[in-house]
Amino acid sequence: MANIKQLSELPQRLSPGHSMCGGCGATIAVRQVLMGAGKTPVVCGAATGCLEVSTTTFPFTSWEGGFIHSTFESAAATMSGVEAAFRGLKRAGKIPADKQIKFVAFGGDGGTYDIGLQALSGALERGHDFLYVCYDNGAYMNTGIQRSGATPYSAWTTTSEVGNAVPGKRHFEKDLTSIVAAHHIPYAAQASISNWNDLVTKATKAMDIDGPTFLNVLAPCPRGWRVPFDQAVKIADLGVKTNYWPLYEVENDVWKLTENRKKLPIEDFLQPQGRFRHLFKPGNEHLIKEFQTNVDRHYAYIQARVEGSKVYQQKLEEAGLPLVSDDALAMQSGSKLPFQQ
Amino acid sequence: MAEVTVLAGSGDQMVAEAFRQANPDVLPVYPITPQTIIVEEFDKFVAEGRVHTEFVPVESEHSAMAAAIGASAAGARTVTATASQGLAYMWEQLYVAAGMRLPIVMANANRALSAPINIHGDHSDILGARDSGWIMYFAENAQEAYDDTLMAFRVAEHPDVMLPVATTLDGFITSHALERCELMDDETVAKFVGEYKPEHSLLDTDNPNSYGMFANLGNFYMETKLAQRKAMEKAMPIIKAVGEEWEAISGRPFDVVKTFGTEDAERVIVVMGSSTGNCRAVAKALREVGEKVGVVSLRVFRPFPTEELAAALKGAKAIAVMDRAETVGGEGGPLWQEVSACLHSAGNTAPVRDYMYGLGGADVTLELINDIFNDLKTLEADKAAGTVPAVTYKGNR
Ligand SMILES: Cc1ncc(C[n+]2csc(CCOP(=O)(O)OP(=O)(O)O)c2C)c(N)n1
Ligand code: SF4
Ligand SMILES: [Mg+2]
Repeated sequence: MANIKQLSELPQRLSPGHSMCGGCGATIAVRQVLMGAGKTPVVCGAATGCLEVSTTTFPFTSWEGGFIHSTFESAAATMSGVEAAFRGLKRAGKIPADKQIKFVAFGGDGGTYDIGLQALSGALERGHDFLYVCYDNGAYMNTGIQRSGATPYSAWTTTSEVGNAVPGKRHFEKDLTSIVAAHHIPYAAQASISNWNDLVTKATKAMDIDGPTFLNVLAPCPRGWRVPFDQAVKIADLGVKTNYWPLYEVENDVWKLTENRKKLPIEDFLQPQGRFRHLFKPGNEHLIKEFQTNVDRHYAYIQARVEGSKVYQQKLEEAGLPLVSDDALAMQSGSKLPFQQ
Repeated sequence: MAEVTVLAGSGDQMVAEAFRQANPDVLPVYPITPQTIIVEEFDKFVAEGRVHTEFVPVESEHSAMAAAIGASAAGARTVTATASQGLAYMWEQLYVAAGMRLPIVMANANRALSAPINIHGDHSDILGARDSGWIMYFAENAQEAYDDTLMAFRVAEHPDVMLPVATTLDGFITSHALERCELMDDETVAKFVGEYKPEHSLLDTDNPNSYGMFANLGNFYMETKLAQRKAMEKAMPIIKAVGEEWEAISGRPFDVVKTFGTEDAERVIVVMGSSTGNCRAVAKALREVGEKVGVVSLRVFRPFPTEELAAALKGAKAIAVMDRAETVGGEGGPLWQEVSACLHSAGNTAPVRDYMYGLGGADVTLELINDIFNDLKTLEADKAAGTVPAVTYKGNR
């Protein structure tokens, strides 16, 4: 937990003057995440997308620290190479053993849910010590608002058009955070730019952990969501309050949910957004109902994971098994294990 | 004093030894036939603690090159290896590595591209990447694969070059067959290869660097490409100087363009890679019975050795280019195009005929090469008569 005053005293790691749209949620996400690093040096990477093209227009950059971008689908793989170099060079004695750097890779939902999922999965499995942040704005915004695996059900995009025959996106969102959690990495969480304290706290926690960690951050895109440019934070807040975007974390396979006791109806989240305008035409109530059902079902699913985690911990205790084993931790950080051949 | 161990080694094994001796900081890699032996052998060195390398067994070649890019940008000596579909899968990353001027060294076990799937040697994969900005060596045998790999570090990491280097060896014929090889002692190699001291690094947190930015304004993109071209030009004398240095240590001659019989040859074959030896054997036999034939083999394909090739072909009256990669729909194969352009620039009007051979590991027999030398006898007249196709397929049933 931090307070605003403390946060304002931290180094600002993403300078203004970039060419993201005014009020874009992605830059807010980046700034909040990087506050989590405190004063430790950070090296960042990004996947191709709005964030990358708009903050690194040569010969300018908004990134205060080192930055790397290679391709759309390889933010995780690229950062895994950077982190591997950090380990390799330390082992070779070419950089001081006590040098501290936090590594953070950012990808949009397109670069993470879809085209970059394989690279992310591989990097998580290999145990690289970096934080991967997906800034989720629910579409390929940089190429002009095309649908992604994160685009909500029934939303309009330029590749989930709304017409007489089709009412927007036909498919439900991919549950990326659960997919990541299934890698049994030390830490994965969902956060939102509207809940800055929760987000910064989660980012700090993630960066302090030795090993792969993941944050999925709701980062509305006013342009693509068809809301006024000063509404990104407000709409993210409604996303949280309607349970569209539950805030939860998964730490060593133990799920914890920030319970939302005053749930708002999903219409509160949908109505202000132009991409859902067609849902509010008479006769389309069933689409909103379906949307609400899916949100409630997903929330119940997360609650069940929380309940299940209690059972899980109990079973571990009964069997005398640790939540995390020391050997696994040592292996993760690349330390030598006692071993006889 | 340099100490040499003589062993029966495959090309892959010799590349793995070269990698070990260069002791890279990071090696991200993904297995594919016929490169796998390199990966397996190297991982044994890792498991035994004989290298300090961070071995990154990635989940794909796309990620192998992405991780190599990240590692190299972070100032690490970085190597990888691939072949065929793996190289094709890396395609967009190859350009990124070169555009960022990262001195990654990669071995490619040259292999056919699908479809139909085929695991044998040809040059479809690597020549498909010819415009990606990588320096490219073509080894004739396992020994050259070893030598090229060691030299590659010196060239790639040279401050005036800073370009990625692909050292290539033909699938199976060179990657797998056992040959007599000479392995130099570790100490001599370590001294020759030296330590990589990057000028810039992503890990230099006091002087932050950015890699892979958005160069969409003005002519920055074009300037970058010009800088790459200039670095390629600068690479040629450095490739030669490094070759000479290694020649002095190893006793093995190094030439970017290898020639046989060209001092008086009238009919000349231009070739690359493992078929060079067969061409030389045929030429030798023919020369013994008084035929004026010769062979030119390119050991370096990028930067293209225009001057050296023009000099080697100066006296030729008829030239055959042996292409081991298709450019379907093109006037001729990729090597033919380059050779033709080179001859044109040099004002050499000798007739040239393009042969497609050995695709997907099709046999490259002595008869096949003999036939080509025979064809060349009447090339001028045949061309005038219009009986020479744009590309002649050799060795099909
Ligand atoms: C291999 C590849 N395919 C397609 C593209 C084109 N492209 C660039 S950014 C982008 C969409 C990015 O979407 P997302 O990751 O959600 O980030 P956003 O722009 O929404 O911030 C696409 C499709 C590309 N650069 N590379
Ligand atoms: S299009 Fe959307 S995501 Fe992209 S910069 Fe604008 S507001 Fe941000
Ligand atoms: Mg997006």
